[in-house]
Amino acid sequence: MARGMVIIDEDRCKGCGLCISVCPVHILKLAEGRFNAQGYPPVEVTDPEACTGCAMCATICPDVVFTVYRRKRRSAARA
Amino acid sequence: MAVEIPEDMELVYSYPESLTKVRTHYCPGCTHGVVHRLIAEVLDELGVRERTIGIAPVGCSVLAYYYFNMDFAEAAHGRAPAMATGIKRVSPDKVVFTYQGDGDLAAIGTAEIIHAANRGELFTTIFVNNAIYGMTGGQMAPTTLPGQVTTSSPTGRNVQTAGWPIRMAELLAELPGVAYVTRQSVLDVPAIRKAKKAIKLAFQTQLAGLGFSMVEILSTCNTNWHMTPVEALEWAKEHMVDYFPLGDTKMTDAVRALKEGK
Repeated sequence: MARGMVIIDEDRCKGCGLCISVCPVHILKLAEGRFNAQGYPPVEVTDPEACTGCAMCATICPDVVFTVYRRKRRSAARA
Repeated sequence: MAVEIPEDMELVYSYPESLTKVRTHYCPGCTHGVVHRLIAEVLDELGVRERTIGIAPVGCSVLAYYYFNMDFAEAAHGRAPAMATGIKRVSPDKVVFTYQGDGDLAAIGTAEIIHAANRGELFTTIFVNNAIYGMTGGQMAPTTLPGQVTTSSPTGRNVQTAGWPIRMAELLAELPGVAYVTRQSVLDVPAIRKAKKAIKLAFQTQLAGLGFSMVEILSTCNTNWHMTPVEALEWAKEHMVDYFPLGDTKMTDAVRALKEGK
């Protein structure tokens, strides 16, 4: 089960690729053959199951494309 | 967006309230967006958005007033510190900040920033330094590195004729009215996290009325440096940080106590 999850606001993305360069599990890439409303190829998640919810993509994104969720720690979930 | 969020997931990052939903006009990969976001996150965390007034500069970030979800004023080129002085003195209960680039702050507005800092005006300046004039087409700025090629220094900046790059953070640190000046960068994830802490401390310095505060942020201009966004981050880390060392250039004892009290 994935430890994290990102939601991508595709129409904000400018395809700059900064998030791709920092993702520690290498699951981001730019879309091929399709473009968003601004005319850029938006970023996509290739393997949602591998996402750790570390939010490094959101930390470097200049265009606030990402919303990030992370699975609660088990102890916290019980409380 | 109809995405189902599993119940055991918690939100760790979402759109800051202090930014509007307007899409920025910045080039893809421009770090202005990162700096905007950090300021917005800090204002959200401090809970002061509704009593904050920003001053937009002239330069690439001239349209910053569209992007921040708060009151904003637009200053004449370089005059943001003068405008901020007036606004803060008339409304001392407001949180006032200027957002300026290197052309605005270190060239045409040098007099304003030095005197505002020297008077110890109680506002915060966010100074984005990318070593070039971005908006006008990549000309040499006061912060352009020695030997750096720009459209107005096609053979590289010659320090014999064009002088040396100005280190604003060090310059302002000499002034007694200044409470907190630091140089940070947004060139990688750890640096961005540190920059956010510095921006927060600068606003806390203002809220505590301790004096003038400024955060200089080393930034990129991939378009006018003729690089990809990722290459620009690497270039800045390799070349800019040597000439513009990161770290606090001034922190009064009161600001240090404020920082350590947190």
